[in-house]
Amino acid sequence: MKELSLNILDIAENSVKAGASLTRLLLDEADTALTLTVADDGCGMDGETVRRVTDPFYTTRTTRSVGLGLPLLKLEAEMTGGSMTVESRDASNFPDDHGTTVTAVFRTDHIDCPPLGDVIATVTTLIQGHPDTDFLFRHTRQGKDAVELDTRELRQVLEDVPLDSYEVLQWIEGFLTEAYE
Amino acid sequence: MKSLAELQAIKEKMQNKVVLREGSGEKRVVVGMATCGIAAGARPVLNAFVEQVNEGGLAATVTVTQTGCIGLCQFEPVVEIVEAGKEKVTYVKMTADKVARVVEEHLKGGVPVAEFMMKA
Repeated sequence: MKELSLNILDIAENSVKAGASLTRLLLDEADTALTLTVADDGCGMDGETVRRVTDPFYTTRTTRSVGLGLPLLKLEAEMTGGSMTVESRDASNFPDDHGTTVTAVFRTDHIDCPPLGDVIATVTTLIQGHPDTDFLFRHTRQGKDAVELDTRELRQVLEDVPLDSYEVLQWIEGFLTEAYE
Repeated sequence: MKSLAELQAIKEKMQNKVVLREGSGEKRVVVGMATCGIAAGARPVLNAFVEQVNEGGLAATVTVTQTGCIGLCQFEPVVEIVEAGKEKVTYVKMTADKVARVVEEHLKGGVPVAEFMMKA
């Protein structure tokens, strides 16, 4: 992936496919570490599946819906001296508290660290593709105000107007652009 | 500053348009957004379609949607145009720059852009 924001888009798709009602997309920049977290309340995975998801050769057929996304993210994080972990609680064993959390740490001072890229386009693309699920996006940076967008708050204002309406998507893009300024 | 009040105004405007928008979406633009598509550059292609379909006044008849892997990873970004009663058209190796011609010639004019299509 040319940009980290594309990995976010890719990994968040897994959460939507896992039936998440809320997917949290968190970016935290501190010193030379960039931590990316995608945490959902979807169906989760059992321990054996979690063990497999970062193995590109194991996942291609048996867990086709997971595919290459997580192995790629892991490789990219490790290439910078960082790491990636997947934690999951499956719905059958944890009926009241299930979901998956993917955490990737990138070392931003490493030459192989990809640029973050167009995070705003990732957020609007996710909302455009999945207007009926909720996303919480929060980007915290040292010495700057956090950038935050919660589709649950937008939904309260919009009532029955869908989040993927073009005017709403434009508002979201404008809101985030201003928040980053 | 973009405010929730502004969003409220959008809501009120949109609610008045709802009846209009429910005109059947006769054409569907489907963009492959799996790992392969995203890595090959599908995100700007999708966003160009969303923008140009809406700016071009086609929103009442054209729906832009995302899908997973279409199975042609080496030809990504792949875009399918599905229209009732017509054969599906598959565009391969799409870029945001190519979108304008597809919108103009295919979605507006009804003539698929042959040079962007998959060769048999």
